[in-house]
Amino acid sequence: MTGTLVNTTVNGDAVQFACPTDESLMDSLRDRVGLTGVKEGCGTGDCGACSITLDGELVCSCLVLGVEANGRNIGTVEGLADGDKLHPLQEQFINHAALQCGICTPGFLVAAKALLDKNKNPTEEEIRYALAGNLCRCTGYDKIVRAVQAASKDLRKKK
Amino acid sequence: MRYEAPTTTQEAANLIAREKGEAFVLAGGTDLLVRMKTGLSDPTLVVDIKHIPAMQDVKTTDSGTKIGAAVSGSRLNANKKLKKAWPGIVEAANLIGSDQIQGRATMVGNLCNASPAADSVPAMIAAGAKAVVVGPKKRRTVPVEKIATGPGKTSLAKGEIVESINLPKRTGKAGDAYLRFIPRTEMDIAVVSAGVNLTLERGLVKTARVCLGAVGPTAVLVQKAAKAIIGSKLDEESLDKMAEACSAACTPISDKRGTVEYRTKVAGVLAKRAAKIAFKRAGGK
Ligand SMILES: Cc1cc2nc3c(=O)[nH]c(=O)nc-3n(C[C@H](O)[C@H](O)[C@H](O)COP(=O)(O)OP(=O)(O)OC[C@H]3O[C@@H](n4cnc5c(N)ncnc54)[C@H](O)[C@@H]3O)c2cc1C
Ligand code: FES
Ligand code: FES
Repeated sequence: MTGTLVNTTVNGDAVQFACPTDESLMDSLRDRVGLTGVKEGCGTGDCGACSITLDGELVCSCLVLGVEANGRNIGTVEGLADGDKLHPLQEQFINHAALQCGICTPGFLVAAKALLDKNKNPTEEEIRYALAGNLCRCTGYDKIVRAVQAASKDLRKKK
Repeated sequence: MRYEAPTTTQEAANLIAREKGEAFVLAGGTDLLVRMKTGLSDPTLVVDIKHIPAMQDVKTTDSGTKIGAAVSGSRLNANKKLKKAWPGIVEAANLIGSDQIQGRATMVGNLCNASPAADSVPAMIAAGAKAVVVGPKKRRTVPVEKIATGPGKTSLAKGEIVESINLPKRTGKAGDAYLRFIPRTEMDIAVVSAGVNLTLERGLVKTARVCLGAVGPTAVLVQKAAKAIIGSKLDEESLDKMAEACSAACTPISDKRGTVEYRTKVAGVLAKRAAKIAFKRAGGK
């Protein structure tokens, strides 16, 4: 392995990788850790397809250096499901047909989960603002918003 | 490229001062990483300041509030005390980008990137904020309006790093507000923006600072605009005078988001609206 050694935690598991210092965490996660649920739409922070959580904070992984992940806690879309059991957000995205080509979906799921972790019962407006950093060229957003509303209801019922 | 993550501001300043090639401070990286990705910058050294404890906290003391340079927008938003004392500052910082950008972006990064449309800058200037600058040899405190000197340019010497933003102490009746105009509701660059901070005494404006963004090469502090409302109850006549002074201070460019005429007019309108919000927040009637 060449590059700087990075020790980090991804979806609860200890992970080690080596990367050049100027590599984005998005590239490290995709190419070195094999988590291809992290998508590249733009590489410049505009589309949100690369959304992950870093120590619980929603960020664009294309705007983080791989080396910055050392000692931190990362969450990706791969960590949403519980084994074979999909997360309510994933179930509702399917039920509502909230995806077409699907490239934006992992980012929307991670961003929507970050919202629901903070706000159990967001209004439609709050959902739209919270997802403003995620672009979708297929769905027209409405189905995504409905899916998040439905998942929020499911999650509240579960508690 | 070397990546360093020192734990003191002094070390960070020394690292950058000693570097022969292009060296950058890395705060949230939401400007720097875009520059690197698009080939505008190719640093030989990046100094991550997020491991410096002095830059990580928000502290209120007898002399005011100190906001560390590495504090992100989402952490400002979560700080109820700060939001109550300086709602205009927090709303300006929170307008920067999406939730994803908020998770990383800092006000000092916004300031040092020196975009004329930087959202948190007019609010900081209106508040009378000062930047604590640490260099390899000395430390100095300068008004925020002295940092940016033009698009992408600052007065910071090589190795000089902003450690914190210091806000003056809040006493008595006071309020601030920041408004920006964009053609969309989210995720856009300010066409015009205005920050107003004022204090009241016996129902009248006692002190005021008015600052405009995106209408010149840097944010503009408009002293004449402040003068127009000082001593008033923020009646229509003083507000009109303030708006006129704001428009007169504009030297904008025309681009696809707005013409010179449009920006000049809207600057006055936004300053009026921001002044009304600040007045109300200060308890004015
Ligand atoms: C999708 C997207 C949307 C955006 N929307 C907005 C918006 O609505 N409004 C807006 O104003 N901006 C916006 N921005 C720009 C950017 O997010 C802000 O300017 C942000 O505040 C930069 O902060 P940062 O901590 O990420 O800076 P960095 O990228 O870490 O740093 C920016 C510059 O400042 C220097 N610097 C940083 N900290 C210091 C320090 N302590 N001392 C000395 N120099 C320092 C760096 O070396 C670099 O040159 C957007 C960016 C993206 C990618
Ligand atoms: S790939 Fe990161 S925001 Fe588009
Ligand atoms: S489903 Fe294709 S971009 Fe969203």
